[in-house]
Amino acid sequence: MFEITFNLLNREIIIPNTIVNVYIVVFALLIFAMAVNRKIRKADLSKPPSGLLNVMEILVETVENLVKQTMGEKQVWFSPYIFTLMAFLLVANLSGLLGFTPPTSDYSVTLTLALVTFTLTQFFGIKNNGIGGYIKGFFQPLPFLLPLNILGELANPISLSFRLFGNILSGVIIMSLIYNALGLVAPLVTPVLHAYFDVFSGLLQTFIFAMLTMIFIGGNFDN
Amino acid sequence: MMLQGITSEAFILGCSAIGAGLAMIAGIGPGIGQGHAAGQGAAAVGRQPEAQALITRTMLLGQAVAETTGIYSLVIAIILIFIRPLLTAYLNLGL
Repeated sequence: MFEITFNLLNREIIIPNTIVNVYIVVFALLIFAMAVNRKIRKADLSKPPSGLLNVMEILVETVENLVKQTMGEKQVWFSPYIFTLMAFLLVANLSGLLGFTPPTSDYSVTLTLALVTFTLTQFFGIKNNGIGGYIKGFFQPLPFLLPLNILGELANPISLSFRLFGNILSGVIIMSLIYNALGLVAPLVTPVLHAYFDVFSGLLQTFIFAMLTMIFIGGNFDN
Repeated sequence: MMLQGITSEAFILGCSAIGAGLAMIAGIGPGIGQGHAAGQGAAAVGRQPEAQALITRTMLLGQAVAETTGIYSLVIAIILIFIRPLLTAYLNLGL
């Protein structure tokens, strides 16, 4: 819908609309966050929160409780990242309802998010167990399982990114097939598909991506 | 003799489509697995209705992991149909 093409050093560079939509989603979230921030600064602390602030408080508390349950009481400081991840994925997956191509139907987006999780997992694995304990972990439970352990560790970001990508892309492909096949009659059929592929699948994949991120990273902390 | 009149490109495209269809047979596995998990989840909710939120969360997470093999086959099918690596490989041979 918003594909950008420009010439740089005599070479045509195409920015696909999924990447443009990433920035649209990010800026929408940024503006929303700034609006909420202004409201928080102006809020009267002696009164209970109302309206939008109340909703935001419920959301933040829900995510904090989820992080506490999955990663342990001491790791509550991790909830801002999880909240950001969930907010981005939620808006990105639901943007299909507004006619955008969901940014998560581009593999580069999901791979980036999965690589962030992977890097954080390795970082906290080294930080909490020491470099010796981290390497020793690959020789558990038996030394000759080393190749399997390394492959298992490398498979995590691949399966994490393909799960999100595949789910969203399959919805996009099926819906575009039906839109093209039925033409003008399509709006009679597609609301059901939008409800399933965009809303249900989008919400579920958001939750699952955040849960798996928490489980992978939280596995390095001893509770 | 049957292949007379069919170009190599068309033959490769057709075989890619058959391959994509065959790859999606893997969808049977996650289907059985997810159904089993959902059944066990329903049974668990029947036994302990108060733990419904936790059971649902665990079930959905397990189902998402079980789905992985199905997603792999889907990605292979999508690559075979839309990116056509076999046709590119054939054209690169320059026969």
